[in-house]
Amino acid sequence: MAVLPMKRVLIAGLRKNRKQMLELLQRQGVMEIEIRKNSTDEEADPVFQQIDTTGIRATFEKNITLANQSLAVLDAVTPPESADGGLFSGRTRMSLTDYETNTKKREKIMDMVFDIHALEKRRNEIAAEIPKTESQLEALVPWMELPYPLDFAGTKSTKTFLGTLPNDVPEETVLAGIDSESVAVDIISHSGEQTCVAVTCMKEEAEAVEEALRRMSFARPAVSGDVPAKQKEALSMKLERLAGEDENLKKKIAAYAPRRDEIRFIADYFRLRSDKYEVIGGLEQTDRVFLVRGFVAAKNAQSLENLLTTRFDCVVELSDPAEDEEVPVALQNNGYAAPVEGVIASYAMPGKGEIDPTFLASIFYYFLFGMMLSDAAYGLIMVLGVAVVLKKYKDTIEPGMRKTLTMFQYAGVGTIFWGVMFGSYFGDLPAVILKTFFHTEIGSLALWCEPAVEPMTVLGFAFIIGIIHIFVGMGALAYTDIKQGKALDALYDVGFWYLLLIGAIGILLNTDMVGGMFGLHLNLPDGVMMVFKVLALVGAAGIVLFGGRESSNWGLRIGKGLYALYGISSYLSDILSYSRLLALGLATGVISSVFNSMAAMVAAPPVIGPILFAVIVVVGHVLNLAINALGAYVHTNRLEYVEFFGKFYNGGGKPFEPFTENTKHYRVSE
Amino acid sequence: MSNLGLFFAILGAALAALIAGAGSARGVGMAGQAAAGVVTDQPDMFGRVLILQLLPGTQGIYGLLIAFVAMNNLGIMSGNPEVSCSLLKGLAYLGACLPMAIVGYISAINQAKAAVASIALVSKRPDQFGKSMLFPAMVETYAIFALLISILALNGVGAIG
Repeated sequence: MAVLPMKRVLIAGLRKNRKQMLELLQRQGVMEIEIRKNSTDEEADPVFQQIDTTGIRATFEKNITLANQSLAVLDAVTPPESADGGLFSGRTRMSLTDYETNTKKREKIMDMVFDIHALEKRRNEIAAEIPKTESQLEALVPWMELPYPLDFAGTKSTKTFLGTLPNDVPEETVLAGIDSESVAVDIISHSGEQTCVAVTCMKEEAEAVEEALRRMSFARPAVSGDVPAKQKEALSMKLERLAGEDENLKKKIAAYAPRRDEIRFIADYFRLRSDKYEVIGGLEQTDRVFLVRGFVAAKNAQSLENLLTTRFDCVVELSDPAEDEEVPVALQNNGYAAPVEGVIASYAMPGKGEIDPTFLASIFYYFLFGMMLSDAAYGLIMVLGVAVVLKKYKDTIEPGMRKTLTMFQYAGVGTIFWGVMFGSYFGDLPAVILKTFFHTEIGSLALWCEPAVEPMTVLGFAFIIGIIHIFVGMGALAYTDIKQGKALDALYDVGFWYLLLIGAIGILLNTDMVGGMFGLHLNLPDGVMMVFKVLALVGAAGIVLFGGRESSNWGLRIGKGLYALYGISSYLSDILSYSRLLALGLATGVISSVFNSMAAMVAAPPVIGPILFAVIVVVGHVLNLAINALGAYVHTNRLEYVEFFGKFYNGGGKPFEPFTENTKHYRVSE
Repeated sequence: MSNLGLFFAILGAALAALIAGAGSARGVGMAGQAAAGVVTDQPDMFGRVLILQLLPGTQGIYGLLIAFVAMNNLGIMSGNPEVSCSLLKGLAYLGACLPMAIVGYISAINQAKAAVASIALVSKRPDQFGKSMLFPAMVETYAIFALLISILALNGVGAIG
């Protein structure tokens, strides 16, 4: 249960070894490297310079994007057989020799990436061309019967107007509208919206006819060119050709599917290089020497030094970080507590001088989670399910995922414990099965009590858990204060509150109202009550006197002290918040029994009855487990973050981020 | 008139399922729209935003739970309804169901608003998923309190003759 001690590292190496040394550091993944901002000041260091690597990194990043895009294209054309990097499977291991062999093929792989890209680009063009051609075909339809080209303007002495009139207009109306003897009107096609006409007249009358047509809202056709039938043929052939080409392109892309892994590799390869060049850009270098500064966990420091000095001509200097330095924070915990580290990390890493709260949080985590889910069968499913996943992917699973899964496994153990205490195995399924199919009644299976039958007992217990949780949190604040040499703060901020809270709880439990609610009629002797009263008064007085101790003005100080005393209301609401332990536990149990009784209702008919029963039970419990496990997870986090951490933990530390292989598909190891 | 007790008791159970369920339906719908928007651009966020979408759904479940407990106490589930339920007892059932019904509705919608904001947060800062779950969960506290009071009250009502 601790924050890992860190060492400062300074490595001075030769420029010619830079690539190998950085790659070694990257593969080891134990050192966080300081990346210096490029300094453009006048007074730049006369000895060490920095290299600008933004240009080359941009190229790498572009290649990564291209590779990822071609992977997506490939996946769309031929879906991968097994989802690479599924939720649990983690990255595939790659040996250093394989890595180097693959690296030599990078030009070829990039050629493939570019090719896939070009093929996809052409496919996109085709995808845009097809609807365009189809709409051209569509526009030709009304003109299909026209035997001559759409561009036809007339003969030597005649003029032909091709176009559309709005609405369905009969030939006579058109003729009447033009009002001329020597005019021929051909209706090419007509529909409700428009009529396509060819109007032919003598050249001399052309202007008059055109004018007459315009009055009828004559419009030029949207299409032009050759004879419509010929055009249609050409367009249909074009469509066929495009479809064929697309099919062809698809086949070409699909042919690359067996080389999918190479593209995955190249994406990772450029990720590694891009990260490396980010580091290079932040290093101080001369013509022959480069410096790497950073942090390494003290336990890894010696082995890193040995590794570097045996392989390369270099100097490794380890030192303790300065007092006022911001040291990155990594956590180290025992096997029981470590799985909860992720929960701590997603809140905040411990700040300077703070303790690592992981162990304290883990003591309660599995317990609280278990009480909220509280079903032995659900717990068993979680324990076994995680065990199966961890076994299946034991070689490749990422450490973070392993921790999260293990956390749920341990939380499953807590769930089994509480399920046994409350007698819940898929809710009341055993009783329902016995009653429905064997007509036998059994009593409660609970080792302790059923929350639905004795809710007040469990509620009282939930409050006790809450009080212990909060007291431990306050104790952690006192411990931190004492460790930092502020023992008096521990007394003022924690000690007095302990006195007040213990006294107040004692007094409240002896009253008829609160004690009676939980079926307690303590009637404590007056002497004991006196002790509680004294404790409460001393605590309250201490808080009033010292709660505002940072003010030198006594009036202000007492005022602030009184306000601090008002904080007791927040303790009350904190403790009440633990009633969710009962409420969520009840929710799991009652929803289980809803599904169980629904199943029992349909179980009567022979053969089909038991089948329906099984289906409802399975579906219902899968749903219930999913929803309530989510609820238990969220609300356990809430109790830890708000009620528990609120008492002593601020966080604010910078997480340790070692220079490592930040890849997606492969992990290269020596 | 003497049988109205059972009517009010069932009305209470129905309201718990109805009002709290309606709140969750609206809430999950709101959060679902936001979640779908995020998945358009970032399909790999599906798992995370789905969890956030589900958070305002619990009120509907709590409402169902209260309705079930009430109907169970009334003997409706076993096909043997308590016809002789007095008017006082019936109204007491109705009252016991109201915290879950009303707080369930309001908290589901407000939890959904927090969930929508959290979905936006996760879409920009996927590493902040742990914290983003907390904001909607804060709202749910009050639904849990209402659930608790409704359950305790329902348990107590049984003692009325």
